[in-house]
Amino acid sequence: MAFFQVQSNKATPKHTADPALQPWVEKYRPKTIDDVSAQEHTVAVLRKTLTSTNLPHMLFYGPPGTGKTSTILALSRQLFGPDNFRNRVLELNASDERGISIVREKIKNFARQTPRAQMVASDGKTYPCPPYKIIILDEADSMTQDAQGALRRIMETYARITRFCLVCNYVTRIIEPLASRCSKFRFTPLDSSSTSSRLSQIATAEHVVLEPDVISALINTSSGDLRRSITYLQSASRLSASTNPPTPITAGDIQEIAGVVPDAVVHDFAKTLGVEIVGDMDVDNDGRKKTRGFDAVQAKVKELMRQGYSASQIVSQLHDIVILHPTLHARQKSICALAFAEADKAICDGADEELWILEVGLRIHKAISSDS
Amino acid sequence: MSLWVDKFRPKTLDDLHYHEGLSARLKSLAASGDFPHMLFYGPSGAGKKTRISCTLRQLFGSGVERLKIDQRVFLSPSKRKLEINIVQSNYHIEITPSEAGNYDRVVIQELLKEIAQTQQVDLNAKQRFKVVVINEADSLSRDAQAALRRTMEKYMSNMRIILCANSTSRLIAPIKSRCLLMRVAAPTPEEMQTVLHHVAKKLKFDLPDDASKQIVDDSGGNLRKALLVFEALKMQSPDLSGSLAIAKPDWETYCHKVADLIVQEQSPARVMEVRAKFYELLSHCIPPTIVLKTVAERVVERVDESLKADIMHWAAFYEGRMRIGNKKIYHLEAWVVKVMSLYKASFYMLTYMSTVNDHHFCHIAFCL
Repeated sequence: MAFFQVQSNKATPKHTADPALQPWVEKYRPKTIDDVSAQEHTVAVLRKTLTSTNLPHMLFYGPPGTGKTSTILALSRQLFGPDNFRNRVLELNASDERGISIVREKIKNFARQTPRAQMVASDGKTYPCPPYKIIILDEADSMTQDAQGALRRIMETYARITRFCLVCNYVTRIIEPLASRCSKFRFTPLDSSSTSSRLSQIATAEHVVLEPDVISALINTSSGDLRRSITYLQSASRLSASTNPPTPITAGDIQEIAGVVPDAVVHDFAKTLGVEIVGDMDVDNDGRKKTRGFDAVQAKVKELMRQGYSASQIVSQLHDIVILHPTLHARQKSICALAFAEADKAICDGADEELWILEVGLRIHKAISSDS
Repeated sequence: MSLWVDKFRPKTLDDLHYHEGLSARLKSLAASGDFPHMLFYGPSGAGKKTRISCTLRQLFGSGVERLKIDQRVFLSPSKRKLEINIVQSNYHIEITPSEAGNYDRVVIQELLKEIAQTQQVDLNAKQRFKVVVINEADSLSRDAQAALRRTMEKYMSNMRIILCANSTSRLIAPIKSRCLLMRVAAPTPEEMQTVLHHVAKKLKFDLPDDASKQIVDDSGGNLRKALLVFEALKMQSPDLSGSLAIAKPDWETYCHKVADLIVQEQSPARVMEVRAKFYELLSHCIPPTIVLKTVAERVVERVDESLKADIMHWAAFYEGRMRIGNKKIYHLEAWVVKVMSLYKASFYMLTYMSTVNDHHFCHIAFCL
């Protein structure tokens, strides 16, 4: 374990961050590719490259928080060791300027220099240190088409001494010529068992007590995004530790931090729209009331908006209720699905939230009351 | 002589009136030294900004209140000059990136990197980090938000970011997952009344209960609006008794007038008239979304139940179009025409139905 600390001190000499204040996401980034949670297939392939010291160009794609950046960083650490890491690896991401001029100058210059072989590492370990460099282009899908185009030739010309690793969320945003030059690795969303084992591992390292229902709340709110669940965990532990005396973390805390609308509120809204909530305590006998017209829906929407809940969150939670509803029939569900899709698009485009939530509400109301 | 809204704005977290749970959280977070990035969201007038400034004060002490306004010049990629106003103290800096329009990415990158790379020099400072407050974060462009992602993680030791937004819908998920979300809901009517009474007590006069109730009802959960109305009313009638006429803003009455015009008559000539009114509203800088919403809400009040859903549907539809499109008046007008035709069609349908029924009835009568 000692060598990792040496390494992290060397990698960041300028920012002597107190490890206690570091985000846990950075603190618990996997140090070797074997530490990477899930993604067995990718890890198995990459482990071979450690022994054979040959590496293709790579394209990592998958949803956020599945370990793409962590994997490539861990791999290059293992390949080059702490000493050579800085002059062998170039990491560029979206917060750096990355227009075509950068591709032409910075990347080209870096790619051009032939690496010096330096086999002896300061910490006494031997690293394979293969004779090439790695250029990591993080968040590559936000690169412009032109910049990607400029990469094409560079990748081939310097293929002898450089390997590229493109990391992106959407593989479709990478132009075809680039994608075909790389071997692709798909990162899948984490299954709940590996998420929970990782979370409890961190929790024990940080001396945080985690109840099983908190872990399941973390998994539910983050939907396979490990980074998100770790961040939520850290925020929750901060909140709980800052009160005096420290209170244990509850599942409700996690939901509040994640910005999830409480179930009771969504169920209430759904009921106003005429969707019956199954498994609710008070399945009232007057659930078939037809008086709930336009005004009721409008008033409810106004109230929701005053509570400050985010519209996209309401839409997605309402979606789960309606689509998984046991008694609505397919036709009603499809009409609702259409309404959800349109609203999501509109909200993403920046349309007014109140109007669209109202619109969704009215359409669901109509669909459900029309032929039931 | 400042407005009551500013004069009685709470200065510390203890002075805040409602959302005690939130205040307690903020206070303990500020005390713990391990302060995360934060995102405050909620409707306008709920007290987001007040809470942010209180938190800052809790973090750094009264030094944050010594503000200076700077004008900084940034260069866009095409070498155009952008002038941005920045409010800053020794400990924090406040920007409204929407001033920069399309080039907000440049401003964010330059400014944040600059702050992130300088350390706090003041040895007496309570905290090692500086705080960057970004107002109207939901109007940041996608590029600017992407640029924030890595910066937020990388420079955590020197800088914390507080984002202030009306809604989280327009923020990209990576940003949301890096922040501690703080929802500031609008105050309930009772909470607003307490605040109004508190202000009245500070000014040493009596506020009748029905007057405060009326003000609260009118404000729609917006505390700032309520306080402004309260002050205006106090100017009008110092004793605040009897029936109070809360003056609606001009544009609102004007919008109502437009709605009435739409419902009264449906003809091309009327559309022209409405169009002129819309132009008038737009030229007075009333945001088109608000115009559309106000008019639609008023129209809905005055039509038949069966039409309401359709009218709101088209309002939502054209509002979305308006955002994507360029010229606002087209979409406003398209909506008006749509509503008029809907109204007329339903009207004809009713009369038609009744005539058919009559006819049918005659027929039956004839047969008999």
